[in-house]
Amino acid sequence: MSIKHLLLTLTLVLITAVAQAADPLVFDDPTQEERYNELTLELRCLVCQNQNLADSDAPLAQDLRKEIYDMMMAGQDNEQIKTFLVDRYGDFVLYRPKMEGNTLLLWLMPGILMVIGAIAVFFTVRNRNRRLAADRQQG
Amino acid sequence: MIGRLVPVILFLALGILLAVGLKIADHKTEIPSPLIGKKMPEFTLPVLGQPEVMVSHDELIGTPFLLNVWASWCVTCRVEHPVIEELARSGLIRVVGLNYRDEEADAQAWLARFGNPYALNIADITGRTAIDFGVYAAPESFLVDPKGNIVFKQIGAVTPEVIQQEIVPRVAQWSKAP
Repeated sequence: MSIKHLLLTLTLVLITAVAQAADPLVFDDPTQEERYNELTLELRCLVCQNQNLADSDAPLAQDLRKEIYDMMMAGQDNEQIKTFLVDRYGDFVLYRPKMEGNTLLLWLMPGILMVIGAIAVFFTVRNRNRRLAADRQQG
Repeated sequence: MIGRLVPVILFLALGILLAVGLKIADHKTEIPSPLIGKKMPEFTLPVLGQPEVMVSHDELIGTPFLLNVWASWCVTCRVEHPVIEELARSGLIRVVGLNYRDEEADAQAWLARFGNPYALNIADITGRTAIDFGVYAAPESFLVDPKGNIVFKQIGAVTPEVIQQEIVPRVAQWSKAP
């Protein structure tokens, strides 16, 4: 394949990507558009569960994006929109789940693991220093 | 001595964590519905094939029913179809269809080809009512009690086991308590 062909192919691939990503939505101002983009990134597509609503092309994701857009246009805030979805699909739609009894471990685990790691490093370093000091004394 | 054991213990703990994760992962695609125990969502939709006849949630309350969300494009619905047909024939419970995001002609052709077990078919062309029901993949089925509360949701095909274990006991309870 010549360079020309390669470039043409690349361009076409990029154009399709853009064409797929674009929803023909009209916003009042850029802040609103940003809000929409952030919201759809934070919400899970339930059909393809490891994608967010913004990335998914599943029909349900399209429906839900439209629903979110309509709710925004009706003046609802982010909390109201999230509550709407959680009431129907459960906490699972939120990529950032609320801090609750059953999600506490999920939220605290990174911190707990950090502390365990820090303690492990501390003891390893101290033991090594002691051993080195002992070696030096002997030598 | 204890220092030597720490990595082993950590390794075992990690192993247990991953094993539990794998166990849970099997059920992860099934999302527990927050609608269980709640009133069924409100709607007013046309009957499939009769756009001028509207049905609302109110009209369905009183007699328990299974709301079966299906579509002609849904492959699993075809697999499920004989089970739904058998359930309807048994007279155990009224079966109401919610035709989801479908073309009317396709839906009618599907029923003509495979048989129509539904006492009533409601057409949700836009899928808006399905969103209120928290539907994310057809087939899904909702068991609604005589008061109009959703008491059970099946994600994926209804099987004879599901009927025996989930539907039969509940229906028996309702017929006992008037």
